[in-house]
Amino acid sequence: MMTYEVVIGVEVHAQLRAKSKLFCGCGTQFGLTANSQTCPLCLGLPGTLPVINRAAVEMAVRAGLALNCTIAANNLFARKNYFYPDLPKGYQISQYEEPICEHGWVETTPADGKLRRVRIRRAHLEEDAGKSVHVAGANGSLVDFNRAGTPLLEIVTEPDLRSADEVVAYLKSLRDVLMYLEVCDGNMDEGSFRCEPNLSLRPVGQKEFGTKVELKNINSFKFVKDAIEYEIKRQTKVLSEGGKINQETRLWNLDRGETAVMRSKEEAHDYRYFPDPDLVPLKLDRDWIESCRKQVTELPAARLQRFISEFALSEYDAGVLTVSRGVADYFEAAVKLFSQPKTVSNWVMGELTRELNNSGIDASVSPVSPERLVSLLQLVEQGTISLKVAREIFPEVYRSGKTPEQIVQEKGLVQVSDEGALDQIIVAVLAKYPSQVAQFKEGKQQVLGFLVGQVMKSSSGTANPGKVNELLKKKLVG
Amino acid sequence: MSIHKLTLYELHTKFTAGEVTATEIVRAYGLRIGQVESKVKAYITQDKDAVTAQASALDASLKGWRKTAPMMGMPLAIKDNICTEGVTTTCASRMLGNFVPPYDATVIAKLREQGYLLLGKTNLDEFAMGSSTENSAFGPSRNPWNLQCVPGGSSGGSAAAVAADECAAALGSDTGGSIRQPAAFCGVVGLKPTYGRVSRYGLIAFASSLDQIGPITKDVTDAAFLLGAIAGQDPLDSTSADVPVSDYMKALKKKDLKKLKVGVPAEFFAEGLDPDVEQAVRAAIEELKALGGTIKEIQLPRTAAAVATYYVIATAEASSNLARYDGVKFGLRAKETKDLLDLYMKTRQEGFGPEVKRRIMLGTYVLSAGYYDAYYGKAQAVRTLIRQDFDEAFHEVDLIVTPVTPTPAFQFGTKSQDPLEMYLSDIFTISVNLAGVPAISLPCGFSQTGLPIGLQLIGRPFEEDTLLRAAYAYEQSTQWRTKKPMIR
Repeated sequence: MMTYEVVIGVEVHAQLRAKSKLFCGCGTQFGLTANSQTCPLCLGLPGTLPVINRAAVEMAVRAGLALNCTIAANNLFARKNYFYPDLPKGYQISQYEEPICEHGWVETTPADGKLRRVRIRRAHLEEDAGKSVHVAGANGSLVDFNRAGTPLLEIVTEPDLRSADEVVAYLKSLRDVLMYLEVCDGNMDEGSFRCEPNLSLRPVGQKEFGTKVELKNINSFKFVKDAIEYEIKRQTKVLSEGGKINQETRLWNLDRGETAVMRSKEEAHDYRYFPDPDLVPLKLDRDWIESCRKQVTELPAARLQRFISEFALSEYDAGVLTVSRGVADYFEAAVKLFSQPKTVSNWVMGELTRELNNSGIDASVSPVSPERLVSLLQLVEQGTISLKVAREIFPEVYRSGKTPEQIVQEKGLVQVSDEGALDQIIVAVLAKYPSQVAQFKEGKQQVLGFLVGQVMKSSSGTANPGKVNELLKKKLVG
Repeated sequence: MSIHKLTLYELHTKFTAGEVTATEIVRAYGLRIGQVESKVKAYITQDKDAVTAQASALDASLKGWRKTAPMMGMPLAIKDNICTEGVTTTCASRMLGNFVPPYDATVIAKLREQGYLLLGKTNLDEFAMGSSTENSAFGPSRNPWNLQCVPGGSSGGSAAAVAADECAAALGSDTGGSIRQPAAFCGVVGLKPTYGRVSRYGLIAFASSLDQIGPITKDVTDAAFLLGAIAGQDPLDSTSADVPVSDYMKALKKKDLKKLKVGVPAEFFAEGLDPDVEQAVRAAIEELKALGGTIKEIQLPRTAAAVATYYVIATAEASSNLARYDGVKFGLRAKETKDLLDLYMKTRQEGFGPEVKRRIMLGTYVLSAGYYDAYYGKAQAVRTLIRQDFDEAFHEVDLIVTPVTPTPAFQFGTKSQDPLEMYLSDIFTISVNLAGVPAISLPCGFSQTGLPIGLQLIGRPFEEDTLLRAAYAYEQSTQWRTKKPMIR
């Protein structure tokens, strides 16, 4: 039996996190009342004219740079013409010739552990369409234009992928990059990150590509995998039985776990692309592109490696710290002020993350600034308070807005290291536990811990444990 | 004093001096429109109550107050493809018969801010596609000089209204000659500004890369005065130009053409030019010379390709611009349709007239896969060459002078059966739109049958002031503007 190789390319529509639409001032928030985020322009009223949103262009440029693309200095917008009720103007403003980003790549490591480089053919700016709403039992359909005009970046790969796992790994890496850059929220349920794989089969060893099928209606990584695997099986069966693959678009049917024809090549639209005469070519200044490049110099994977080499962190720690940009920035800001990376890492991953998770906010807006965390660490470092006390008061530092110094002062938690003061407590403890003292002297070293604990207890935790240890030993041995 | 006989600028002067009130102006024009409108049919929509109320509110607010805004109290007519908030804007199409825009075009917002008076919305060829107003879904307008003749188009209603004194001045739009040709046919002044000089926001698009709003007026002074009131860059129109607006009234100080070189392109005086038109234009060229201009023969070699190029580019853009009229969101929706495709087909079948359908089909064809390069791509290349023709000519001369149309106004029905012949009546105006340069049409004589003849002056981009200076000098040295039509 013939064995086949699958060849897959992917188109992703990533919704850019711009506050307003691509060509008008309407908001882009998800889930609001139908048609509340519309104006004459995004409803396609006659006489209205589009004006490009600078913030969306900047996001596209940042994404393109992070995807190792070249950025076009001269950007053209084109009209893609087709009729659909959710398309207000009867055409979509997109880019055809001269997309904003071209010739890039993304690195990803699928489950087999081998690094792949997936080439990006192009990424272009375009506006989204509205949404048709079909109300059960109602006569006719409704249209919600809230989404119409929302900025999208369509990212297209070369046909470089060879399995469902590779596709999922690529999509996850791409999504990580876009989310890390804060240009896309990556929310697949809300349609902020939509993927459409296209795939074909060819006999192993053959150079020419087979006939391509596009897959739509896939809104989770699991469905991507399921749909591709289903389609590989289907096409393999057709080809092994001597059949031919039709060039067509197929929809993934979640309930039935199979794909079905949506439209054939013959029914495909002739989009009649031509340059949009309402928009002038968008020129991007080289210096401006370079200033965008500065904002995207380091992506999660590179930062993780740097954290390992520069701060001698474990791969685990570096991984946790670089999962989000906010946490990684927080860590670096703190390390700059307190050069004990492992200590800072422990605090950021432990106490800080716990509090942030509880209140559901990002590290970039943490109520405890890196400076304030460091001032707490310095109190421990200087011996003013014990590590235990520091941990105990952290939630209060987080919630009250007071400085660690204030809290320590108010609660009288300053650590006692003064030998005279400690001596008094130690003498009292030794007098209270004569049998333990006797055991120690008989060589039972572990009793020391008990005695230290008692001293700490009667000092309400303020005694410097190192000092207590030292003094106790001196007393018992000496 | 007959208010309706005054020019816009004369009326402005009297209004500013407090010699006439807005209410008197509206009343005078109401009477005039009542006398002649049934013959001329310039307007599609009038709201007399609204404009009367507007005038009395304006008068009340002005008691003892100095009047400064140029268009304050000025009674204007607006071509019905320019959006006016709250006032039906039909584009002379059944498709938009019920369309009330929820916003003003930028030019209207500017006029409104200055306190203008909207006398009504004027007739045009449907979606500005045509040269006679015979393509209006609401019937044609008539030429005040001869009611058997077309007023020209597409801004025929605006030109007829100005010629018949049914308004002090009007706005039109020009995609291939739609301001200049009707101005010539009706014996008034029409100015197509440089592409980008006036905002297109709110102008219902026919061909976006060619459309431009401009004034149609009783004389050159009024054209300068009204252009100043509507010109300027607009953040709502990305194609509007970041070029400062000159004081166009200052351009009218010199009454000569001294130091100006005037080019006469041989290609515009070829076969098919009506002898009366040729004679009038040649005489006008002599007058420009007498006024101090240096006359120079020039070449615009690609003129012959302009009409073909235009009908590819304009229809391509139109086919896309008119896709939004699908019966879903606004305008006409066909009744009793069985599914989505049926809704689209019936709506567009019922909503659009034959010329609009023809152009949508042409435009769809030239953009189709397999034909794009041969038609649209090629037309864009030729457009660049036509632009270069003008660039080169303007190295040698400051102005170009040509006829506006090959013939004076023609009779109803004579060209409407033959689209190609109709298209050729725009042969002298079209290349100006393709090149994006400014041009003015002004009266330069009459045919033996008593119909007005127009003179076209073409200028460098954003040099409307040079155009206006030369046009004014010519106008003041001749008496054409004093002749008025007897409407009968």
